[in-house]
Amino acid sequence: MNARVNPIKRSYLLLEDWFNVSFGSGWNPLYHLGTLTFFFFWVVLVSGIYLFVFFDTSTAGAYASVEYLTHEQWYIGGVMRSLHRYASDAAVITILLHMFREFALDRYRGIRWFSWFTGVPTLWFVITLGITGYWLVWDELGLYVAIYSAQLMDTLPVVSGSMARDFLSGQLTDRLFTLMAFLHLLGQPVLLVIALWIHVKRLSHVEVTAPRGLAIGSLLALLVLSLLAPATSHGPADLDKVPMVLNLDWFYLNIYPLLDKWTAGQVWMLTTGVTLLLMILPWLPPKKTGPAAEVHLDQCNGCGQCAQDCPFDAITVQARSDGARWPSEVVVNPDQCAACGICVGSCHSSNPFRRSQKTLETGIDMPQYPIDEIRNRVDTALAQLAGNTKIMVFGCNNAVDVAALQTPDTAVLSLFCAGMLPPTLVEYALKQGTDGVLITGCRSGDCYYRYGNIWLDQRFSGLRKPILRQRAERDRIRVFRAAVTDAARLDRELVAFRETVAALDSAREAPNAQA
Amino acid sequence: MPRLSRFPLQALNFALFMLLVWYFSAAPPYRLLMPGQAVVTVAFAHAGERSEPCRTLSAEELAALPPNMRTPMECPRERSPVSVDLLIDAEPVIDEVLTAPGLYNDLGVDFYRSATVRAGEHRLVIHMNDNVRVEGPTHVHEETVTLKPSQRLVINFNSDTGKFFIQ
Repeated sequence: MNARVNPIKRSYLLLEDWFNVSFGSGWNPLYHLGTLTFFFFWVVLVSGIYLFVFFDTSTAGAYASVEYLTHEQWYIGGVMRSLHRYASDAAVITILLHMFREFALDRYRGIRWFSWFTGVPTLWFVITLGITGYWLVWDELGLYVAIYSAQLMDTLPVVSGSMARDFLSGQLTDRLFTLMAFLHLLGQPVLLVIALWIHVKRLSHVEVTAPRGLAIGSLLALLVLSLLAPATSHGPADLDKVPMVLNLDWFYLNIYPLLDKWTAGQVWMLTTGVTLLLMILPWLPPKKTGPAAEVHLDQCNGCGQCAQDCPFDAITVQARSDGARWPSEVVVNPDQCAACGICVGSCHSSNPFRRSQKTLETGIDMPQYPIDEIRNRVDTALAQLAGNTKIMVFGCNNAVDVAALQTPDTAVLSLFCAGMLPPTLVEYALKQGTDGVLITGCRSGDCYYRYGNIWLDQRFSGLRKPILRQRAERDRIRVFRAAVTDAARLDRELVAFRETVAALDSAREAPNAQA
Repeated sequence: MPRLSRFPLQALNFALFMLLVWYFSAAPPYRLLMPGQAVVTVAFAHAGERSEPCRTLSAEELAALPPNMRTPMECPRERSPVSVDLLIDAEPVIDEVLTAPGLYNDLGVDFYRSATVRAGEHRLVIHMNDNVRVEGPTHVHEETVTLKPSQRLVINFNSDTGKFFIQ
């Protein structure tokens, strides 16, 4: 199985392993790249507001005001300026890692196209926000950014006249500078917030707050860096001079050196081409998603648990349409359904103990893998089990492959997601004669369908409906998370679990024997 | 691993992260000019001459027009392309032809080009042709300049006087 994992995914999982060792799954920064980026934006916002208080929005006064903050007021103004710069840079790293992660784990195609598609231009909003920020310092780098940006803008047919000529000696006025200040301080941040809102529009339970430990650690790290290597300016902008060397911020200004080799038109072609290529990546090739979940109104009481659990906001609750006594019913939007089956695990009707009908029907089901078929497969697998300690393993199609675990005393069944598993099915397997149930799936905090393993944990601990009932013997149930590269770990865990279950059996048999 | 024992590893990760942030926020340095180099920029806005001259309409032609459009002169909108070449010490460094922008090629051109040269004394010769009906340059400027390292020298053009000037 491991040999089939593509090298990009394997590299990512190695990195994830390293961070799991360093931070644990709760604080693993790779599981919180979005919220970390939001946190860096907060740092940028707060430090930016402080800088704005002292900033002079004119070409004559901007440089001096930034120098004052940097040197005269280094203990707070200088630190704020450094935080402003370094948090902006850190945000670019977390955004790029976020993109790499989604790509490596194939979480950018199918119904997830929307977040990817809208995320790519959002990155450009961030980059242009940084560009105008460097412009405002109005040092040699600011002038360089202004002239080269103007050359880029001059190529666009929408700009009449030449912006670049505005930066010649004697031509400069404060109008353009004030416009840049307005864009950086208000226009671009507002656009960015709107872009981010659109970016997460098709997700539910969107988290924007980084775990406290990660946030504190990041802030401390940024503070230490700000004190050890404060951000400084170049010399003041001089329209009659060209600096020999510039210390570019490569996170934001990496395309500018291209303008010394290529024409502005060629640079536009490259950046537009790369952007468009990234945007259409979800269709190269498109991901085949199974049929959407189907609602069976005759089995649905409209409790709305599936709507609450759906990670992609594909289920909505509406007024009952079939005249049944319940006030609500749920509706699935097929365009947003990832076919993860989490809703099946949420539904109280997905209870395998229900024998009143020949076929087990539930309120919401996956047509390609209905709950009745799952129960039948469990029945068949359990009937074939032999040996002293029989184990049933439930797996997830997006994590480690559980097929290799199948032996005469171990039955396996893979689901679309661990969250698809109704807690009553675990109880059912134990009731039907298995000695232990092992559930595996994506690593903690890293569910392929976002919330499957979190909901499973909450159901098992009684925090989320449908709960795993108290009568289910917890010692005979184990949850062990394993990614596709963790087959050996899962093997070891299964051996250990079997020993635990065998010990439980022995302990149970001992008093009986004494009697 | 217990939380406390993870702290050194976390500190190491944060340190590596900040090292990455710090380094690429201002490095590696980018060199725009080699020591002893300067920049000559030719920058101006100018509308070329009309590609066809204006002509006076005859009385018959005027009578054929609606009353509100009876202006005695007819001037074609299209402007000539503007060609510019700059020679520094007889070496061509800029040589471009700009077509007049606009749907009817009736607008002025905005020219902004730079060339890097070594600092010191140079003979600059700039030619412009802004009239398709004229062979050869319509405007010429020659000047000897002394450039300091890192200096940006701007050659501008005044459309009113029809002369280049050094800014």
